[in-house]
Amino acid sequence: MKNIWTIAKREYDNYFNSPLAYVVAFSILLPLGIYFSAILYFSAQNAFMGGGTAPNSTQINWLFVFLMVFLSPALTMRLLSDEARMGTLELMLTAPIRDFELVAGKWLGAMMFVLSVALLTLVFPIILENLITPGIDWKLMIASYLGMILITSAMLALGVGISAIFTNQFAAYFVTLGLFFFLWFMIGLPASLLPQGGDVLNYLSLSYHFSQDINSGSLTLGGLTYYLSLTALGLFIGTTAIEIRRWR
Amino acid sequence: MIKVSGLTKDYGARRAIHNLSFDAQQGEIVGFLGPNGAGKTTTMRILTGYMPPSDGEAVVAGYDVVEESLEVRKRVGYLPETVPLYTDMVVFEYLKYMGELRHIPNVDARVEEVLDMVGLLDRSNGFIGNLSKGMRQRVGLAQALLHRPEVLILDEPTIGLDPGQVVEVRELIREIGKERTVLLSTHLLHEAQNLCDRVLIINKGKIVAEDTTENLQARLLGAERVIVRVRGEADELADSIKSVKGVRKVETLEDGAVEFEFASGKDLRPEVAKQVIKDGYDLLELRPLGMSLEEIFLELTGNDAKKK
Repeated sequence: MKNIWTIAKREYDNYFNSPLAYVVAFSILLPLGIYFSAILYFSAQNAFMGGGTAPNSTQINWLFVFLMVFLSPALTMRLLSDEARMGTLELMLTAPIRDFELVAGKWLGAMMFVLSVALLTLVFPIILENLITPGIDWKLMIASYLGMILITSAMLALGVGISAIFTNQFAAYFVTLGLFFFLWFMIGLPASLLPQGGDVLNYLSLSYHFSQDINSGSLTLGGLTYYLSLTALGLFIGTTAIEIRRWR
Repeated sequence: MIKVSGLTKDYGARRAIHNLSFDAQQGEIVGFLGPNGAGKTTTMRILTGYMPPSDGEAVVAGYDVVEESLEVRKRVGYLPETVPLYTDMVVFEYLKYMGELRHIPNVDARVEEVLDMVGLLDRSNGFIGNLSKGMRQRVGLAQALLHRPEVLILDEPTIGLDPGQVVEVRELIREIGKERTVLLSTHLLHEAQNLCDRVLIINKGKIVAEDTTENLQARLLGAERVIVRVRGEADELADSIKSVKGVRKVETLEDGAVEFEFASGKDLRPEVAKQVIKDGYDLLELRPLGMSLEEIFLELTGNDAKKK
């Protein structure tokens, strides 16, 4: 377990050496800031007209998760593919660490980076808390953040898993992005059109559990299971891909 | 320390190594010699736990490389051929990271110690990406030495180093080889000759010869050749040497020196020297002409090619 932490720590530090990570953080925080300002502006206008409801900052978290569909593959694409390309994978595979520890360490490093960015977004609910009476619904907020962590965890694990398959980081990026598109849009869309059987597709959709349940405050067992299963699947794919590399 | 038996590795349809068997004891430096693509790197990768063999088994430091891979990896220091390094890391941080993965206590102090050993202490704060090839090679070596491994496996350890560094690194390997087991591959025959206690010559995935460098020479030659040089005119030198019992194949060379041969095991040099001096020559040189490892190597790998 200590090895996972050692690897995670290095990957986390490594993000701050690369411009990519700053671009990703910027690409999340800027739209979120604009969106938040817009929410405040329109809510204020509505309130001035005498109507509307108090703004809800969980909408911000939805945008965060939506942006992660595009940006998280950029955070995971090089994690293992680059090790294979540079040959440093040989170093890792001859060090006394398990293949799973390597994959999990990479995932945890990415996770820590996203959590750092998520920590910065806490500024929005804190501002909101001070603007509205009687303050925001913190229970809902905690559920929303928990959902955000869960879905991010699933995305990053799948990203790391796919990164282990490729030696080209851009191939890893596009395959990961394609998978997320499929899980986010393609599965959800027919679900809303089908008269029957849509539930199954909804269950499999990446966005459904977060958008419909968790972000509205109900942390369902289904949602929890779904995201944790995807996380496990991603790490499993990564570990298996590394093992296959050994045998080749 | 290393015991390999019947090791075989297939890459798809291509057989990289075939039924390889050898061993290496503690305190021994074993050289792995062979042309490119002979299977040296493949063998080393199996021994370091990087990949499993298709058949056969290998025991390193008392543990099976497949069944107890992690235990093997804890005890092996490995310098891969291409010296893969994280080029975006600082030398010190890189070694510290590798040390932490190996749970080395007091890792900072140990990193400084190995950096000193490989002569890179002054570059410890530089980025690996900015180092020359020779320096990277030494960073790789430092990484392999970090955890005081029982077995050191070095794939072409002196490639890319300048002559001064080559001498230093060889000295370092020799020092380590006194207590630990070192398996190194090289295509430099004189390196194997002056560094290794024993040499394995591998060609097309098979061991074609295995012995000490001296024995290999003797075995292939069956006899020892000696060159004799004297001051001034030496018209009768050949006759003088011929008069010693046991000497055969006496030849006078163009520059006046004389070469002769005697059956190995019975050194006739003292007798020849006495005779030459007795006959009134000023003896300048009396030197054995061992077959170089180069010649042995070509002979072994060349013969193999001819058979096919």
